[in-house]
Amino acid sequence: MSEAALKTPARKARPKYMNLSALLFEIRMPVSARLSILHRVSGALMFAALVWLLWMLDRSLSSEAAFEKIKHYAGLWPVKLALLGLVWAYCHHFCAGIRHIFLDLEKGIEKETALLTSWISFAVSLLLTALLGWKLLW
Amino acid sequence: MSSRRIVTGAHYGLRDWLAQRVTAVIMAVYTVIAAFVLISREPISYQAWRDLFSQGWVRVATLLFMASLAWHAWVGMRNILMDYVKPEGLRLSLQILVLLAVASYVGWTIQILWR
Repeated sequence: MSEAALKTPARKARPKYMNLSALLFEIRMPVSARLSILHRVSGALMFAALVWLLWMLDRSLSSEAAFEKIKHYAGLWPVKLALLGLVWAYCHHFCAGIRHIFLDLEKGIEKETALLTSWISFAVSLLLTALLGWKLLW
Repeated sequence: MSSRRIVTGAHYGLRDWLAQRVTAVIMAVYTVIAAFVLISREPISYQAWRDLFSQGWVRVATLLFMASLAWHAWVGMRNILMDYVKPEGLRLSLQILVLLAVASYVGWTIQILWR
């Protein structure tokens, strides 16, 4: 073994499953893990979209002509689709967040209950997304 | 003071943890009220929209919502940056950008509500 190799130990190889494709396609995460990662993804998504939403609020309150323009703009299907995505992000973040607060209060921390409330959070958020999307966007 | 504290790390202790939950509850209450108001009044005309936001309590509640959102988003985005961005200089730069963004959004919201 050379002197350099003795001084600087070889970099430890990353564990096999710590890569994106493994995370996406090989590892089967429990539903609570999926809920959790989507909580993060939905939060980041809404942070990124905030400037766009504020711009629409700004325009919609500035004048009647601008309000009508924004109303028309929000009716375009790609915009509707993006807004529907954000409605989902909001509902998901909301439901997963409420579940999280209950976990903080040590309610529902048993494995079975935690898995059940994850499913419930998914179901309620998708239902709310459908309801709000239908009521406000369509 | 522990020497393990780093400038781009979390605030240490209970404050941000608690803030994340308090701001969440404030936003949740606002959201439920806003959803009911919007659903009960739609389709909304410009007149109704403007009248809604000319009421004092709506303005104050909306600003409170935005301030909560700013703090909540800061804590959340910082957690994300701490997990995925390892070089400290880059992380600090991104954290500053997030802070500037949320501060501007609060300022912009005030401008939108009181004009």
